[in-house]
Amino acid sequence: MSPAKVIRLRDSGGSEEHPSASAGSGLPASGPDVPGWERKAAGALAFLRRRLTGDFDVDEYGYDQDYYDHVIGPALNWVYDSYWRVETFGLENIPDDGAALLVSNHSGTVAIDLPMVTVAVREHHPKHRMVRALGANFVFALPVLAVIARRMGATLACNEDADDLLSKGHLVAVFPEGVKGVGKGWNERYKLQRFGRGGFVRTAIKNGVPIIPTAIIGAEEALPMIGRFNGLGKMIGVPFIPVLPTPVPLPSKWMIQFGEPIPTDHLDKDALDDPMLLSELSDQIRETIQQQVYDLLRTRKSIFF
Amino acid sequence: MKPSVVLVTGVSREMGSRVAAQLAADDSIERVIGVDTMPPGPRAIGALGRTEFVRADIRNPLIAKVVNSANVDTVVHMNVRATPRSFGGRNAMKEMNVIGTMQLLAACQKSDTVRRFVLKSTSAVYGASPNDPALFTEDKVPRVPPRSGYGRDAVEVEGYVRRYGRKRPDVSLTILRFANFIGPDSDSALLRYLSLPVVPVVLGYDARLQFVHEDDALAVLGIAIGEDKPGVFNVAGEGVIPIRQAVARAGRVSLEVLPPLMSVAANVTKRMAKIDVSGDQLALIMYGRGMDIERLVNDFGYQPTFTTREAFDDWVARRLTPVVTPALVGGAEQALVGMLPDGDRFAEASS
Repeated sequence: MSPAKVIRLRDSGGSEEHPSASAGSGLPASGPDVPGWERKAAGALAFLRRRLTGDFDVDEYGYDQDYYDHVIGPALNWVYDSYWRVETFGLENIPDDGAALLVSNHSGTVAIDLPMVTVAVREHHPKHRMVRALGANFVFALPVLAVIARRMGATLACNEDADDLLSKGHLVAVFPEGVKGVGKGWNERYKLQRFGRGGFVRTAIKNGVPIIPTAIIGAEEALPMIGRFNGLGKMIGVPFIPVLPTPVPLPSKWMIQFGEPIPTDHLDKDALDDPMLLSELSDQIRETIQQQVYDLLRTRKSIFF
Repeated sequence: MKPSVVLVTGVSREMGSRVAAQLAADDSIERVIGVDTMPPGPRAIGALGRTEFVRADIRNPLIAKVVNSANVDTVVHMNVRATPRSFGGRNAMKEMNVIGTMQLLAACQKSDTVRRFVLKSTSAVYGASPNDPALFTEDKVPRVPPRSGYGRDAVEVEGYVRRYGRKRPDVSLTILRFANFIGPDSDSALLRYLSLPVVPVVLGYDARLQFVHEDDALAVLGIAIGEDKPGVFNVAGEGVIPIRQAVARAGRVSLEVLPPLMSVAANVTKRMAKIDVSGDQLALIMYGRGMDIERLVNDFGYQPTFTTREAFDDWVARRLTPVVTPALVGGAEQALVGMLPDGDRFAEASS
């Protein structure tokens, strides 16, 4: 009997495509179904082939959609679905296309909240948009982490990259609390730290993009920090070395809330030179996010369930 | 002002000789004078045509006589180099680069006839570090400027050229920061390194590299010489190529090296394969760097015909013989897929 006619679907990563059910080099067009594990095996072999021949696309920031879809994404998806069981609300507040600035609280000792936001939007937004997160510079100095961060679309938190990404219509995520956010002790959990000088407001107004206040809970309990070594950390190039009760993050219950977008295109560019106004807006947004955090904490039944 | 008498320094090198040849073929240009310490190789001589070669070490004030006696109106300075070995060491190279430039600029400053100055500069002025934006714009000062080698010289040279521009505001000054040249005729430490059958790469880092195809570089230089295009411009193909992808597309095998051992690997490479590797080039291989070319496209008015990846592929296709071929990898994939129970129902693996 002649083999079933084979139709080739997608091959390497292209635009903002999303791998749906299958990720193989080709699938049978007719005949009895091929078992899932075989599809996965063929897909993995095709992925390896593309890696070894360099047949994939990387954007100028180092975002590697093929690598994300086949390596980083599946791992993070498992963590999102089964380990932290993240519930996400407010995805309708994220536009289907065009630029927007996600502004979020920050916690989790080692910025584990950042990948969860990426997964939430990539997997569960109807347009499967890819969030471009902005990270602190030590991330890009650390081996392995630097590569993973770039391949999942993150780049350095600096004005040039933020402006460039927003002008190209991307969804950019920032965490204004920065290291102060992740370095909070257990007593300060979920209390938003100061938002720096409101640089993110400047960026949003300059590019005329809406701000989407984002609240994430669950990260504080996953890696509760009971102490920190600042000096030792600085010696190896990180802000601090955390002291944790367990080496592996705990399976806390997470929730993410994307709030209503706050438009900025009605503000004219004079606002950029007004530090009082920027500071005020920054505080307003911080309060909005703080409120969202408290709402989520009330909604959540318990830390682990 | 249309150029009439053009002086090209660094004419014996690949890009220098191509620029001079292009000018020599243009009848509207009266004289093309090429300056270098060594005469051009036999292959270049044919193309250089009516270019007048002056063998002069530009560290020597003789260069002033050349500029004045010939009534040079356009100077193209392409003599800043990155290969210590060919100079007999790092100090000699620095002297040639920096002092040579100072002498040339002194001559230009005194000249009544020089009206246009084009500097072939480099993306190396931006250095390479993890604290940099993904794409450098021309006004960005790097957080970690290059501390040694070619990059440092280039920064100094740009400084002197800018100072000259301030003293002579009547001269149109163009500074072109080129990404690494690539193409069938290009040769550089980076390209030799990527041609090795086994390429050492730093474990845990994937540097983003950027190239400009030599044809695009030549076109940009031609425009800058023919018209007033004052300012600083990044010149590169669109996009970047991460180093492991470059190694894969070149059909090479990458050898993962632990970061502290990378300088050891570099020294071994230097001795065995005779590739000049300096400190700032190691940073490039580790962290990479990208340049924004918006100003080139919008203000200078040139859209590169090759993207970084296309330029790289062109070089691979015309200059390299792959060690690991797509056919080889595809064949292996097919064999393995064929071993699955339903293997014969999957599409052919080759791309």
